[in-house]
Amino acid sequence: MKKVIIIGYGPAGVTAAMYLKRAGINPLVIGKDLGALDGYSDLVENYYGFSKPIEGKKLIQEGVDQAKRLGIEVITDSVISLKQDESGFIVVTEKNEYRSETVLLATGKTRQTLNIPGFKEYRGKGISMCATCDGYFYRRKKSAIVGCGPYMHHELEYLNRISKDVTVFTNSNELPIDIENPVVYEKIVSFKGKEKITHIVTTKQEYPIDGVFIAIGVPSSIDFASQLGVIVEKNSIAVDDTYQTNIEGLFAAGDIIGGKLQITKSVHDGMLAADAIYAHLKNKSKKA
Amino acid sequence: MVLNLTKENFEKEVLQSNVPVLVDFWATWCSPCLRVAPILEELGKEVHGLAVVGKLDVDAEYEIADQFDIMSIPTIVVFKNGKVHTSTLGVQSKSTLRKLLAV
Repeated sequence: MKKVIIIGYGPAGVTAAMYLKRAGINPLVIGKDLGALDGYSDLVENYYGFSKPIEGKKLIQEGVDQAKRLGIEVITDSVISLKQDESGFIVVTEKNEYRSETVLLATGKTRQTLNIPGFKEYRGKGISMCATCDGYFYRRKKSAIVGCGPYMHHELEYLNRISKDVTVFTNSNELPIDIENPVVYEKIVSFKGKEKITHIVTTKQEYPIDGVFIAIGVPSSIDFASQLGVIVEKNSIAVDDTYQTNIEGLFAAGDIIGGKLQITKSVHDGMLAADAIYAHLKNKSKKA
Repeated sequence: MVLNLTKENFEKEVLQSNVPVLVDFWATWCSPCLRVAPILEELGKEVHGLAVVGKLDVDAEYEIADQFDIMSIPTIVVFKNGKVHTSTLGVQSKSTLRKLLAV
């Protein structure tokens, strides 16, 4: 059991890790990629301490290397689910599963969305982003899951337990895993319906359907946090003044909590979140 | 106070209410729904006398859930004058819910 798992190794995550390390706590940092600054080949000119502008991607990589040099455990993996039981949090990644007393979400901001006509219209009217929340409604109906990776597989396992009629739509992607469910490889053109969704339209034909679950690529932290019941407002995770969400022990910092989407602000968040997590752990051990 | 809504009391407590009614459609197996419960408790105390806060178990009372086309939970619906005024998906903060009630 870890004391702290930090999800995301951008400015907020790495700063929090450094401050926790200094406070004598060894966090585990799990990052997927270099985040918003990964594709940012432009130069960062407004961050303190660089006489010559630095590439966004390079700055983030330097941060990861800095954490490693300080002896912080940093791994690259994708989180596909966050769960909680009596003992603490369970972070499920593509490759592994980790347990921790507290979790800091510092993944930056991207959210699962689909650029397919009908997606917005039927969201909540047959299109769901959460199998564990809504799967039950379709237990005797015809449902579909859109996706192709480990996240889709994770959600599909759950759906298969409650329903016998689930078709996988890969939306013209390869399926790297063997599954027993029927698979449609065609590209999805639109979602069709009236008050509710009734069909998935592909390049070849229309498939009648009652419910569609979206599980494309890797879930954003907003996706897996909302499955746990975190308050999400205006596409940001809501936190109190100690960076804690409405779930005790679950913290968030950086772009994901909104405000200015700037490195300086994320670094500031990371430092204060580390203080708050430290205080939380100390308080908890006092009570125990 | 959070009122437990059933098909027996839905008509009277929600549709015939003189004040706005917030209804949380939930189920025991839905983990995010369990996070809504403490928020509703607090909200219920806060708006006491001004509005009614209730919850409806979509498994036990599926007829009502179907009637309002609930297909995703938690769904929170505000009723005014016996009609659906507004609705929202997912866990929301107390202040957001209070704004939906507009009391």
